[in-house]
Amino acid sequence: MSTILTVSNLTKKFGYLTAVKNLSFTIEKGNVYGILGPNGSGKSTTLGIVLNVVNRTSGEFSWFGGETSTHEALKKVGAIIERPNFYPYMTAIQNLKLVCKIKEVPENKIEEKLELVGLLDRKNSKFRTYSLGMKQRLAIASALLNDPEILILDEPTNGLDPQGIHQIREIIKKVASKGTTILLASHLLDEVEKVCTHVVILRKGQKLYSGRVDDMMASYGFFELKSSNTDMLLTFLENNPSFSKVTQENGLITAFLSEEMNSEVLNRSLMDKGIVLSHLVKRKESLEEQFLALTNNASN
Amino acid sequence: MLRLLQIEFIKLWNNRVSKILIIAYFVLLTSIALVAAIKFDIGPIKFHLADQGIFNFPYIWHFNTFITAFFKLFLAIVIVSMMANEYSNKTIKQNLIDGLSKKEFILSKFLTVISFSILSTLFVFVVSLILGLIYSDYNEPGIIFSDLEFLLAFFVKLMGFFSFCLFLGILVKRSAFALGFLILWQVFEGFVRGMIRWKFFDGDTTDIVMGFFPLNAMWKLIDEPFSRLGAVQSVADQIGEKFELDYGVQWYEILIVLGWTAIFIYGSYALLKKRDL
Repeated sequence: MSTILTVSNLTKKFGYLTAVKNLSFTIEKGNVYGILGPNGSGKSTTLGIVLNVVNRTSGEFSWFGGETSTHEALKKVGAIIERPNFYPYMTAIQNLKLVCKIKEVPENKIEEKLELVGLLDRKNSKFRTYSLGMKQRLAIASALLNDPEILILDEPTNGLDPQGIHQIREIIKKVASKGTTILLASHLLDEVEKVCTHVVILRKGQKLYSGRVDDMMASYGFFELKSSNTDMLLTFLENNPSFSKVTQENGLITAFLSEEMNSEVLNRSLMDKGIVLSHLVKRKESLEEQFLALTNNASN
Repeated sequence: MLRLLQIEFIKLWNNRVSKILIIAYFVLLTSIALVAAIKFDIGPIKFHLADQGIFNFPYIWHFNTFITAFFKLFLAIVIVSMMANEYSNKTIKQNLIDGLSKKEFILSKFLTVISFSILSTLFVFVVSLILGLIYSDYNEPGIIFSDLEFLLAFFVKLMGFFSFCLFLGILVKRSAFALGFLILWQVFEGFVRGMIRWKFFDGDTTDIVMGFFPLNAMWKLIDEPFSRLGAVQSVADQIGEKFELDYGVQWYEILIVLGWTAIFIYGSYALLKKRDL
């Protein structure tokens, strides 16, 4: 597997404020990455640095193993940062032709990419007549013009209506299914959870975690249980060493596992004790729960 | 290099305001030919401007380059806004992300400035040549192609001025403010001249000192041509005045403006490099 981007000990200071602190991570080909973090955690600054628009204070980054200069490397990258930026007085086609000139790629893919994002019928409209959702989709088409090795999206669904959000997600999934490496910065966790295989989690410019989504917490998941015999069930769970924590909320009991156990085993042993369940679900923590746990741990 | 020019051409030519201004500018450059049509025929008084010798070679090079240089303000607006708009549309950010280096970005703007200057010079050359061939009293090739240094001065003057506009566009980031700054700078140079003249030196030394200020240096490249006109000279002779100006283009004047051009372009690059977008 080849490395697309290596970031090591990156630091950015805006005056007294440290936006990114000693950040290191690598992006491998073929994975879908999410950069997670609350607002102001340094996501956009980090992307700005590797995309050559923000100057770093210290540290290093290199594209594709460091063989080419940053601006040459960026021709093989597709990126959208925050708001879509195009020339308002030019049509979609004219704007994309300009991008082709900058990226030094032929212009024959323009129609194909406009088709992909569903803007083909508006290709001759001026950019300033577009809605925000259309602008964002044009930005994606523009980022895909060079069939990039990696697609970088910074808050791509920010400010869109539900329909727009859905359209963008469908496009991202379509692109990901073709094997394009994607780096998605977002504070919307379900967005990341739906498409990403790997995450980098930032908080106040520092890395809390980077790695596979599945390995984010050394956790065995938890059971959600309901029974008419709540007291007996609670006693059983609390005395069982396989569970680290048991909570009860609105009649729903949540029991966190401290070791691997499948639901069949649990169900059988409860039956043996005469406890009948009306509800049994085994789940892993959602990314949101894991994320909140991680960011809370770090702040305590 | 061609690629950088094409990029800038797409940006400019698709902008209606820029397109109109550019076309208007070149139409104006050509329109200096209309001066030839100025003709008064009031009874016994016959005045035909073309007959007054302003289209005589090599004087015409001097006269036309001096007059047409005023039209550069049209292009100044285009150049300031082509730079400032990149900031207000944030397209400069997208250009860099798309893989244009900061050096290439500045270079594409500078190449456009050079192209405008070359094109203007060519225009003035052709128009003057045609006008001269029609109206000039002297048509020997040796005379036609003398004093061509005025065209070189014209080119350097435009390039220096447009580079200044480019720099202001990057520095101020807003086209209206940048143009305001340009006017303010002109006033500032006038103010400095006044102060120097009043407090420090005599007239000649003041002129030398002021020659180092950018706008003044550009202005001095081509001296005013009117007092050189035959008619004016003869009037001056009659009232006993004598103009003894050196009308030529001095090499050090060209050097100063080229120096400022370099400073402005490098300054633009340094500013862009230093800034976070």
